[in-house]
Amino acid sequence: MQKQFKNVVVASMAAAIVLLAAMLGGAQAPAYRAPRTGDGKPNLNGIWQALNEANWDLQGHAAAQGPVAALGAAFSLPPSLGVVEGDEIPYLPAAAAKKKENQANWVKLDPEMKCYLPGVPRAAYLPYPFQIVQGPQNIMMAYQYAGAVRIINMGSPTKSPGDSWMGWSNGRWEGETLVVDVTSLNDQTWFDRAGNFHSDALHVVERYTPRSADTLMYEATIEDPKVFSRPWKISMPLYRRVEKNARILEYKCVEFAEELLYGPLSKKP
Amino acid sequence: MSHRLPALAVALAVMIVVAVLAQLPATAQTSSSAAKAPAAAKGWTPPRTPDGKPDLQGIWSDNTLTPLERPKGLGAKEFYTDQELAENSKKAREGNVGEEGELGAARPNAVRYDLELYGFDPSKLRYTSKRTSLIVGPEGVVPPMLPSARERNAEIAAKNKGHEFDSYLNRPLSERCILMGQEQIPMRPGANEGNLLQIVQGQGYMSLLHEIDHSTRVIPTDGRPHVPQNIRLWQGDSVGHWEGDTLVVDTTNFTNRTPFRGSSEKLHIIERFTRTADNNMVYQFTVEDPTTWAKPWTAEVTWTKTKGPVYEWACHEGNTMITTILRGARVADAEAAKKGK
Repeated sequence: MQKQFKNVVVASMAAAIVLLAAMLGGAQAPAYRAPRTGDGKPNLNGIWQALNEANWDLQGHAAAQGPVAALGAAFSLPPSLGVVEGDEIPYLPAAAAKKKENQANWVKLDPEMKCYLPGVPRAAYLPYPFQIVQGPQNIMMAYQYAGAVRIINMGSPTKSPGDSWMGWSNGRWEGETLVVDVTSLNDQTWFDRAGNFHSDALHVVERYTPRSADTLMYEATIEDPKVFSRPWKISMPLYRRVEKNARILEYKCVEFAEELLYGPLSKKP
Repeated sequence: MSHRLPALAVALAVMIVVAVLAQLPATAQTSSSAAKAPAAAKGWTPPRTPDGKPDLQGIWSDNTLTPLERPKGLGAKEFYTDQELAENSKKAREGNVGEEGELGAARPNAVRYDLELYGFDPSKLRYTSKRTSLIVGPEGVVPPMLPSARERNAEIAAKNKGHEFDSYLNRPLSERCILMGQEQIPMRPGANEGNLLQIVQGQGYMSLLHEIDHSTRVIPTDGRPHVPQNIRLWQGDSVGHWEGDTLVVDTTNFTNRTPFRGSSEKLHIIERFTRTADNNMVYQFTVEDPTTWAKPWTAEVTWTKTKGPVYEWACHEGNTMITTILRGARVADAEAAKKGK
């Protein structure tokens, strides 16, 4: 009797723990249903920002000293477990060598230093907010960094008129998820400060899935047969900037890159 | 002890139920914030967004032959007759606009990009209203600059004189790809390129992508106040509110580095976006700066709907102009120094 009672207790404990674990774990929890816009679509309107170290290096890494001694600890490389599924970026051999070279010459070569448009997917996890303005026909993603911007066409897919820094985006809804197919990206942008790069054959499929009132799950599948041996995937949550006065402010970084780019050509006093 | 264990399990189960319930009201609250009463319709009724606001969305062109200031000789004549307009349009298409129109980059033989899209096809040149000038009213010109403003601007010009090629800092903002004339607020038609404007409206925001320099404005439309005065911005701070079917946008917090026709950081712009027909938007702006003009002045541009697409204008990324100009200047310096010896 006493033993039977003990079994019931243990079983109910186990059930409660399993239930609790399922709730906290998220993966097993029932899918979140986002509030709707006036036209019945999941409402992604808002100002969002990644809260991770992906822009430093998509892959897991230990902390390291930054490139400018004068900046001391303020601009050192923060550690991270990475955002790449399986933590492996499947470079083709020649591309792997180029990545290493990029990383070694990061400060000189990273387009972020020059305030160049960031491309996709990097725009999503730069350490600046971006705003989703969701209309029925088009969704605008306005990034604070460099005033970068994308228009995502939600109508029948259209063909790109030519390669560009931010690419050509056709979107569609798959249940709760905004799926964006991005093509026509040029080969000038990088994925991070670790020199991860791509060619003009890059094809990115992004998925934005609401996971709570104030978080989105961001996933990007990256395909580029000139650089990678297979498609690979990154994923991370994006967080809503919930401050009442949150705004995308002007961040025209061109003037912060001019001394670097043009300073040597100025007249010496 | 054996009684405590089930109590703990029950407590755990209760905690779970409470946690589940706690999530419900939060979700319900967010979804109820979507609906807002539609504004009353009067006269021509603009289409509405799903949120019931006048729908300004689409790709617009602000390309027009109408000049900002009224040509001399027209006096207080604010509008052309149909016949005059037809004659002026014909002249413009032959490449002869005189003072009556802004030909911009549509000069004959200026063949670049997609002719029709960019208006380079002279046969597509047109006035989008009967106005003789974009500036409204009997005067039709920018009011005379105050003497103090004239002095201020002369000082700035004198300071740069002889140093135009010293550094990137001495070059115009447009050459540095920081701010093109057209993207400055008020937005006004310039050359016939980069003149597409795409509007997207989301809850509580109107966003506008100006093709030129991928200039993007995300304007809150909930009537919130400006950012604090100490935050000065190249394009100022724009906040909006709806007045009937018109979106009114108020812009302040400019810097003193972006003079608009000689203005100072006290510049204050009020823009009004009103859809007047399926294919027309009237964009009106009032310019105010008591340190530059004795009175405010207002202009009006009729935008027309177009199909686009809006191209990416990556100005800075392709800027070889600044390096070429400065390198040229340094070579000239070196040659002058050699001659001087």
